Amino acid sequence: MTWSWEVFFEVIPIIFKGMWITLGLTIACYLFAVVFGFFWLLLDRVPLKAFRWMIKWTTEFIRSTPPLVQLFFIFYAWPMVPVVGVSLNPFTAAILGLGIHFSTYLSEVYRSGIEAVDKGQWEAATALNLSTQQKWLKVILPQAIPPTIPMLGNYLIIMFKEVPLASTIGVVAMLHLANDYGAQYYKYVEPLTVVALFFLLLSYPSALLIKKLEMKFNRRFDKKYITES
Amino acid sequence: MDSIIEISLVLLKGIKVTLIVLFFSIIFSTVIALVAGLSRSSSNLLLNKFTGFYVEIFRGTSLIVQLFWFSYALPGLFNIHLGSDIWAGILAISLNYGAYMSEIVRGSIAAVAPGQTEASIALNMSKFQRMRMVILPQAVRMMLPEYGNYLIQILKATSLVSLIGLTDILYYGDIYRSTHLSEAPIVYLLVLIFYFILALPLIAFTRKMEKVSKKGVAHG
Amino acid sequence: MSEPIAKYRDVHKSFGDVEVLKGIDLDIGPAEKVALIGPSGSGKTTIIRLLMTLENPTSGTIEVNGKNLWHMESKNGLVPANEKYLREVRGDIGMVFQHFNLFPHMTILENCMTAPIHVKKESKASARKRSLEMLEKVGLGDKVDLYPSQLSGGQKQRVAMARALVMRPKIMLFDEVTSALDPELVGEVLEVIRDLAKEGDMAMILVTHEMDFALDIADRVLFLNDGVIEADGPPSEIIGNPQSERLKDFLSRFTSSNYSHS
Repeated sequence: MTWSWEVFFEVIPIIFKGMWITLGLTIACYLFAVVFGFFWLLLDRVPLKAFRWMIKWTTEFIRSTPPLVQLFFIFYAWPMVPVVGVSLNPFTAAILGLGIHFSTYLSEVYRSGIEAVDKGQWEAATALNLSTQQKWLKVILPQAIPPTIPMLGNYLIIMFKEVPLASTIGVVAMLHLANDYGAQYYKYVEPLTVVALFFLLLSYPSALLIKKLEMKFNRRFDKKYITES
Repeated sequence: MDSIIEISLVLLKGIKVTLIVLFFSIIFSTVIALVAGLSRSSSNLLLNKFTGFYVEIFRGTSLIVQLFWFSYALPGLFNIHLGSDIWAGILAISLNYGAYMSEIVRGSIAAVAPGQTEASIALNMSKFQRMRMVILPQAVRMMLPEYGNYLIQILKATSLVSLIGLTDILYYGDIYRSTHLSEAPIVYLLVLIFYFILALPLIAFTRKMEKVSKKGVAHG
Repeated sequence: MSEPIAKYRDVHKSFGDVEVLKGIDLDIGPAEKVALIGPSGSGKTTIIRLLMTLENPTSGTIEVNGKNLWHMESKNGLVPANEKYLREVRGDIGMVFQHFNLFPHMTILENCMTAPIHVKKESKASARKRSLEMLEKVGLGDKVDLYPSQLSGGQKQRVAMARALVMRPKIMLFDEVTSALDPELVGEVLEVIRDLAKEGDMAMILVTHEMDFALDIADRVLFLNDGVIEADGPPSEIIGNPQSERLKDFLSRFTSSNYSHS
């Protein structure tokens, strides 16, 4: 088996079709994680120590175990769970599996953003007699969210690169198409290289964009800015 | 209860492969990260660009794609046979995480306060002495917590080698599940617990390093 | 004056489009104590950073002990100095920084011992003995096993001085060494410098805003303004009896008690 440009150009359109699924799945997983991340944050505010302790270890557990196994759990095992178990199609299972896995990371990002807001801001908001809701919406969140945007962007790219895991439960995206092609013609080099190239073409420019964002936000939100304003 | 023990015994058979892949991947990716991180901090433009190219390629593509590439494409393309698939797995994980971790090495070196370099120039240290005695000891302290986090990532990544046919924990879980479909929940829960137990020391290490890194560093 | 230990000839330095030094000519005699004063941004710190080889001049030459700092002889005439040459010439120079720049991962004693052992290849025992002597001298003989983070700013700065002294420099540079300190800690640091000045054998260049201190210990005061040396003379003349309007204006920003006595 050697490199063939003919095969290379033949597989480009085939893999390209899978790219839309990969991108769509990435966005769906990401949105799920972004929303679910807040959910962990809220659970962490329940005024019950034992409950918070449980939440802490649950997120730690999800974060420290392989997303591939979690995906298998949701796809193969969940339907077998008595009472609550339902069968999920591969696409939904992937959104749930990867979405939940990464939501535990995103909740950490939110937390770091909130913790980075200067204590004096809380005190100032209290001194101005703002309600709890006003404190969050008018003072804390507007300062907590912008600095986390580059990190949130980084997680979008990281998830994009984890999405091919979904091919293992039968989501027909780029990697799956490449492996199918390989199995059919016993030609793996070209299709896998094309998949790698597609990933590189999409993620490298995004990474550069995020680096730029990072610099912009670092300038705006460096310590000097926060303490002086 | 019986099935828990039975499944656990099956999964135990896979722990050896998981640990071997984990061990060698940690060693190799650490070495790669240090070499690549130092190269990217060097003023030698050729070395710098070449390493940058490697880092961007491996960070820009997906680990699972790299894994398949190393185990299916590489042998055919260059007629390179890595002996067994276990080395393809270790190589893919090491090159991937070596690239990621080289960025923490580079970032930590850059984050040491410039005054530290100036003070060591004022004491007439050589370039090499400055790096070895002043910059690196502080940079290493800074990178330890993130290094710990990456070790956990590497542990999670080892589960991918089951996809190229290596007989790790997940592989035995899959095998058992395929013959005992209704026991799937308990099988995968146990697989997750196995991985979590392996992760616990790494989690403890990371927590400890977070404390260590707060001391003994001049941030720039 | 005997042969100068440091010589600046028409030294210019620019950072990007900004010219910080616009032609500096300056001789520093051995054991001379020179205070550099002037408004911020006038180039005071740049003058001593050039001597420490932390910056290189845009044009002009600097010599230390008769040796060109940034250029070395070769068969093709003068060429930019390499690392090895720089290490030869800067061995006689020591520096104390505004922000101390102690090594946070080493104890006080290790901070002092590292350079003599690795740079001067002294034995551990002799490096240790000399480090302890110097730490004793700056009044920190009882703190040698602590880490920098356990010290006050004034103590840190005294360690930084001991660390530089261990290397036996012939010229010691002080870059606004009290500016980062709380007011009540300034005295202890100035006291150490005063003692060093009295010992006499080491040349010292101090960038400082402490006018009465400059008046007290310096043999010579340079007033730097906008990249040029505007006044150069004994402290009684420069601080005690300023001539130019700009110098008067500059000194008037410090309360009179800071420089009128003596």
